[in-house]
Amino acid sequence: MSTELPVLKPADFASDQDVRWCPGCGDYSILAQMKKVLPELGSTRENTVFISGIGCSSRFPYYMNTYGMHSIHGRAPAFATGLKSTRPELDIWVITGDGDALSIGGNHFMHIVRRNVDVNIILFNNAIYGLTKGQYSPTSKVGSVTKSTPRGSIDHPLNPISVAIAAEASFVARSIDTNIKHLVAMMKRAAAHKGTSFLEVYQNCNVFNDGIWDYAKNKNTKADTTLLLEHGKPLIYAGGTKGIQLNGFNPEVVDLANVAQDDLLFHDEKAPNSQLAFLLSRMRHPDFPEPIGVFRDVDRPTYDDMINSQVDDAVSEKGAGELQKLFHSGDTWQVN
Amino acid sequence: MISANEQFPPTQKPSESVSGVTVRLAGDSGDGMQLLGTQLTNTSALSGNDVATFPDFPAEIRAPRGTRAGVSGFQVQFSAEEIFTPGDGLDALVCMNPAALITNLSDLKGTGILIVNSDSFDAKDLKLAKLEENPLDDGTIEKYRTIRVPMTTLTRGAVEPTGLSVKLADRCKNFFAMGLVFWLYGRDVEPTLRFIENKFSSKPEIAEANRLALKAGWHYGETTEDFASTYQVPKAELKPGTYRNVMGNQALAWGLIAASKLSGKELFLGSYPITPASDILHELSKHKNFGVRTFQAEDEIAAVCSAVGAAFGGSMAVTTSSGPGIALKGEGMGLGLILELPMIIIDVQRGGPSTGLPTKTEQSDLMMAMYGRNGESPLPIIAARSPSDCFQTAIEAWQIATRYMTPVVILSDGYIANGAEPWKIPEIDTLPKIDVCHPTEFNGDDEFLPYKRDENLARPWALPGTPNLMHRVGGLEKQDGTGNVSYDPANHQHMVETRAKKVELVADFVAEAELEGSDNGTLVISWGGTYGACHTAVQTCVAEGMNVGHVHLRWINPFPRNLESLIQQYDQIVVPELNTGQMSALLRQQFLVDAVGINKIQGKPFHVNEIIDGIKTAAREVVS
Repeated sequence: MSTELPVLKPADFASDQDVRWCPGCGDYSILAQMKKVLPELGSTRENTVFISGIGCSSRFPYYMNTYGMHSIHGRAPAFATGLKSTRPELDIWVITGDGDALSIGGNHFMHIVRRNVDVNIILFNNAIYGLTKGQYSPTSKVGSVTKSTPRGSIDHPLNPISVAIAAEASFVARSIDTNIKHLVAMMKRAAAHKGTSFLEVYQNCNVFNDGIWDYAKNKNTKADTTLLLEHGKPLIYAGGTKGIQLNGFNPEVVDLANVAQDDLLFHDEKAPNSQLAFLLSRMRHPDFPEPIGVFRDVDRPTYDDMINSQVDDAVSEKGAGELQKLFHSGDTWQVN
Repeated sequence: MISANEQFPPTQKPSESVSGVTVRLAGDSGDGMQLLGTQLTNTSALSGNDVATFPDFPAEIRAPRGTRAGVSGFQVQFSAEEIFTPGDGLDALVCMNPAALITNLSDLKGTGILIVNSDSFDAKDLKLAKLEENPLDDGTIEKYRTIRVPMTTLTRGAVEPTGLSVKLADRCKNFFAMGLVFWLYGRDVEPTLRFIENKFSSKPEIAEANRLALKAGWHYGETTEDFASTYQVPKAELKPGTYRNVMGNQALAWGLIAASKLSGKELFLGSYPITPASDILHELSKHKNFGVRTFQAEDEIAAVCSAVGAAFGGSMAVTTSSGPGIALKGEGMGLGLILELPMIIIDVQRGGPSTGLPTKTEQSDLMMAMYGRNGESPLPIIAARSPSDCFQTAIEAWQIATRYMTPVVILSDGYIANGAEPWKIPEIDTLPKIDVCHPTEFNGDDEFLPYKRDENLARPWALPGTPNLMHRVGGLEKQDGTGNVSYDPANHQHMVETRAKKVELVADFVAEAELEGSDNGTLVISWGGTYGACHTAVQTCVAEGMNVGHVHLRWINPFPRNLESLIQQYDQIVVPELNTGQMSALLRQQFLVDAVGINKIQGKPFHVNEIIDGIKTAAREVVS
């Protein structure tokens, strides 16, 4: 005999609030895929929590019929750490943007990742500050002409995947807002991973930074500009005509007419060291195809497991705390 | 272990009974003065005296040796009467080097005893203390009864049988000094022998050396002709019960643990190390078997934000810091306030602004606690008045936080945090039960309204994981009732006023202000860690026949309901504070009263005499 669980549909995860992103924004697609993914994962609305910072993407929790917190700029990882440490049974998603996670929240991002708190972080990377109407962000390319950089930005950008790997991330992946099938797959992989899952999504801001990811999205170019990562497989792209080979410490584009597949670099998302994942993260357009998929997926104890097992251990070693015993520990004296 | 009575025989010299003694132990920050002071405090408390302490140490872990900046002091008053301060003038001052002597001598009473380590006054020591002349010879100490003890030489001789190196032997001299002080005041050495046994259990030769040094100090007192007599301080008449010593930070931690138990909510602390608040983190991290989770965050902001996250999840959430950290937490506190989640923010105040005086006390964060956030963002504020009061303060703060669904600020200070006093251990069943409930059902027509309020204007604390009550909270202004984002002008005004009203309502729950002393004339209004000094000063004034009353505020926001009527009874209001007049400003603002400040901003607590002088000056002015 089985107990029938109510089958939830994407619409069940939609809140009653009107979505207020600009028409054509890449955020819509990510929201739609999330509503699709959660029922497929068997998530419940009551045990799911979305926590965001500030920015366009951070409005996300308001649109989900789950628990949610629209917090402070850059600090979502800290709220998530407090919640997950005390309520480890909850499924927590952190929604953030390039400015939120890497500029004002760079510190918290780095620390949640190194602690390996079991939450899923989705970084909507549009390389611009949208909600404040178009200033350059920490992922904007040098020379970006924006509201605050009329002569072009002079800040060297951060590479979100590289930052996550350097911060000891146990799961790192990249996807694209309009590549629906791939995005769904990556969300599911992120959810399945125990520990901090970091998913960068190339997201188009059609108002302030339109088309920056076109090279990776356009059906005429994407085969040549992106490379689908598959665990245990050689790095091949451009319809099977090109591959990546290692030359010393550096990746090199090679023509498969001249090089055997066995001589190519093979992807290993489970590699104990992060060198390969880091090397892949450094492959950027236009010099290289940009890897899409899971860069790294390794097991490491989670912060929430450990903080709770220290409590359990203390209870089993010392017994559940008693105030009477605590107050009378050490020297006491009697006044009659 | 040696038997105390054989090895430390009671003195054969005459013994004078005195009602109380104030002793300060001063030396280099590596000389072990804090340890000496703690031992003297504990043994005095265990023998039934009332005690109060004032540790005073530099911010540097090992400040340059022998310099004035490196002087570390520990003052303790032990008394046969109930006392509220560590004392003003010193009856005895122990100085381990010239720097300690020159920076502390002015606090020694004319009748006081000065005990110096005469071995540490050579040319090099004087130079380190920036002294041209030796203060032992140039008349500086002429008016004091000075006992010159070659402590270094005597300690080396005493510990010789253990074969310790000279360097290690010299580190035992605080135990020599301890032996001498214990002998002088007839203190029981047993607790200290136990302490040595435990502390140095893995280093038996060090334990033995310390015991030998302690014994040598004791016997030196008995043998030397410099001391003709000793002093005895009889037991104090305290309320019956079981007592222990507590320090303020420890009592705060224990109060939090108690509040957690009383409310059935597991405690989560998000904290970043900062002086003088870190000991709360240290203490709580030891008690994980109470269900305590401590999170040492990457910064102050993450600390407060993690606490808000834990509060959203239904924990008893706490963040602890000092002024510079509270400045960083402002935005997170504001979010906790607009989310209307219960939590506790503890500010152990220290000298400011900026990094200021990390190890020194001050009361200068009051305005920051009141107004240090963007927007209209009132929070209830309670200030602990003494080390033991920290326990009750933590419990009250959590009662208010849960009853009114709001973050609550606790103000402590460096003086309370590190000071110790006897604490009458409460019977567990006398502690208040704190009822907390989490809804599981709709509270509206077929819907859940996360901002629907009860009679205290508190909203329901619905927890993630509860079916059907899914809701979103956030920092954007929200519509009352639904909690949905709202930019409606009238709603914003309504919400601002509602959040303020909620804080005002706290006055319904908290105790009215208690008046001590005269009900007319001059009213002294104090708050926080100055309680002991103000209380003692007012008692003294009343005993001298002056019309002086005293109200000590624990709840500062809101003020107790009866404060206004009390103020109206008096000709004059005097407000002693360790700042430039922040409470005076609040009282003036709220009650249109001309509060006269007694203000000290030296990183040190008040002397009782400073307050008495201030009261008398103010009283003269109102008469003339």
